[in-house]
Formats: sequence, C-alpha cells, structure tokens
Amino acid sequence: MNHKFKDTDMQAVIGWILRAGVLISMSVVFIGGVLYLYRHGQSHVDYSTFKGVPDFVHSAGGILNGIFTGRGRAIIQAGIILLIATPIIRVVFSAIGFVLEKDYMYLGITLLVLLIIMASMLSGHAG
Amino acid sequence: MSVLVLTLIILVGSYFAGLLGSLTGLGGGVVIIPLLTLLLNVDIHYAIGASLVSVIATSSGSAAAYVKEGITNIRLGMFLEIATTAGAMVGALIAVYIPTHYIAILFGVILILSAIMSLKKKAEVINQEHSALADKLKLNSTFPTNNGSVDYKVKNVGGGFFMMMFAGTISGLLGIGSGALKVLAMDTIMRIPFKVSTTTSNFMIGVTAAASAVVYLQRGYIDPGLSMPVAIGVLLGALSGSKILVHTSSSGWLRWVFAVVVTFLASQMIYNGFTGKI
Repeated sequence: MNHKFKDTDMQAVIGWILRAGVLISMSVVFIGGVLYLYRHGQSHVDYSTFKGVPDFVHSAGGILNGIFTGRGRAIIQAGIILLIATPIIRVVFSAIGFVLEKDYMYLGITLLVLLIIMASMLSGHAG
Repeated sequence: MSVLVLTLIILVGSYFAGLLGSLTGLGGGVVIIPLLTLLLNVDIHYAIGASLVSVIATSSGSAAAYVKEGITNIRLGMFLEIATTAGAMVGALIAVYIPTHYIAILFGVILILSAIMSLKKKAEVINQEHSALADKLKLNSTFPTNNGSVDYKVKNVGGGFFMMMFAGTISGLLGIGSGALKVLAMDTIMRIPFKVSTTTSNFMIGVTAAASAVVYLQRGYIDPGLSMPVAIGVLLGALSGSKILVHTSSSGWLRWVFAVVVTFLASQMIYNGFTGKI
C-alpha cells in the first residue's frame, strides 16, 4: 500500500515539473521573441545555407551578456536551453523518487540514462 | 524575406503542423521539416534543430497530463530510455558526417512508414503471458479504464529494447520524435496495451530529443530566430489538437487526409534528395 502511494507521488511530481518547465521556458522564448521582432523585424534573414548560429547565442557567457543587454535572440536561446533541460530535470527527480522508494535497480537505470545524456553533451562539445 | 514575415509564416505553418500532428498522433516534426526546407528554403540542419526543440515542448506538455492520470508506465519508460538516449546520441553524432541529401531521403522513407502506421487498425489485446525479464525489471503494471484498472504483462523485452535503440537513432538523426517507431516497438513487439504504449512513448520522446538536442545546440543547429516561431506554433497547435480530440469521437477521415499530405511531402523530400536540391 505504502509503495503504491509513493508511485503516484512520483507521478504527481514528474507531471508538475514537466508542466512548469514548459510553461517557464516557453514564456522566456516568447518574451525574447517579442524583443527580437521589435528590434529586428525589418531586417533581412537567410537560412538557406548552414552557417551555425551567431556567437552571442553560442556560448553561456554570450547568452548571459545578451540577456542583460536585452538581446532578443539571447533570451530565446536561454528559454530553449531551459526547455531542453526540462526532461533532463525530470530524470533527475525520477532518480530521487527511486531512492525514496528504495528501488535501487531503477535508481541504477535512471543514473545510466543521465550518464548517457552527459556523455552526449561532452561528445557534442568535442565535435 | 524580412524577419517579421518569415516569423509569421512559420508561426502559422507550425500551428497547423502541431494541430495535425496531435490529432493523428504522428507529432509535429514530420510536417515542420518539409515546411521549412521545401517551402521556405531553410537549410535542413536548421530545420532539424528547430523541429527537435518543438518535439521537446509538445511531448513534455502532453506527458505532464498523461503521467498524472497514471496511464504512463514510468518504469518501462525509464528502462527503454537507456536505449533511446544512447541511440539519439549516436544519431546526432553521425548526422554531421551524412550528406544532407541522404538525410532528406531517409526522412522521406521514415515519413511514409509513419503514415502507413497511423492508418493501421489497432486491435487491443491485453497480454497476460509472463516473461522472466519483464518480471525481474518490474515492467508489468496496470492502467485505468472505465471498467476499473486492468493488469497487463510485457513480452519480448530484448526485442523491444533493440527497436527502441533504432527509434532513438532516427530521432537523433532527423530531429523528429519518431513516436511511430516507439509505438511499433511497444505495441507489436512488447505487446503493451495501446493506451499505455502511446503515453509511455510520449513520455520518452522528450528525454530522447534532449539527448540529441545537447549535441545540436553546441553544433549551432538550433537557431533562436527559427526555433522561436516553430516551438511556439507547434505547442499551441498541439494544445488545440488535444482539446479537439476530446470532443470528436471519430477522426478516421482526418488520418487519411494527413496520410495523403504526409506521403506527398515525403515524396517531395525524397525527390529533392535524389536531385541534390536539399
């Protein structure tokens, strides 16, 4: 009975994290979008050849600096990073949930998933 | 084209992509990438990055609702996420080395497969056979129905796991949720009830997409100017779709319309891939 209760508890927490994550990150994207359109709405853009992204949205320092100087695209990118982090934070909370349930097999499985995501992050940096 | 005009076009297009994607269960990504590449002449790498972002937004948004209802099998999802995230990482890493016209052709082929899958009639069978691995991994569970909660057992764990690895690779390579492949793995191979497999697939899509998004983010595939209207449009479309879905009982004709549209887009992607225009 006790075990069942904790499973539904975890479901409630996970549901809440996902909802909050999407809401917060998309609000940030929206605010950045309005600012970007206000400042650059009439500029010309061309996405037909791949050139990567501008430097100020490509590094953590650049994005932070851009946020404080009110650059729309830096704020959008910050929102997108929050959005990408949302399911990862969900996995972290699942790990905590499995610790509380004393389900160590699933704690191991969850940590393995986190490890793979971390490896992916590092391998992307190298390439 | 000016930023304002392009943003508005993408916003409207993404809204309908999200709407159709949610009504048919195929996801918004399958329409977004052809829209951006074929219609707006956007480089496929940017299109993949933007689509991936929208996939995370919609899957997380709808997973939140399903998880609370207790339909999603969280343990099964967690276990299979090992396969999908590992696949997604591989997919994102090899994407850099594959010429874009091959990616376009592969995209078209997967798109047609997904369209066919969405038309197939689903017969609901609740599996009661025990599998040693499923017992050990505590994958068997229950799900709520109108007649109370129903027990089900999971079969063929190894086969499903392998198929999930493939689904993850495709997701990472093409920037789509590849929900059709995930459902195929769970329905056909693991014999999981349809309601559970769709919601659990949705639950996994966000994490899978995040695992490849961290690579794409660093490679500069995720452009804020494009991702902003795509993510907002698809999310709003998917929200409207889920509202409509509650009110209409039959969406049979809609599936057909969408299958035809998707097949057309897919053949365009394949054609452009072969002629080297993408």
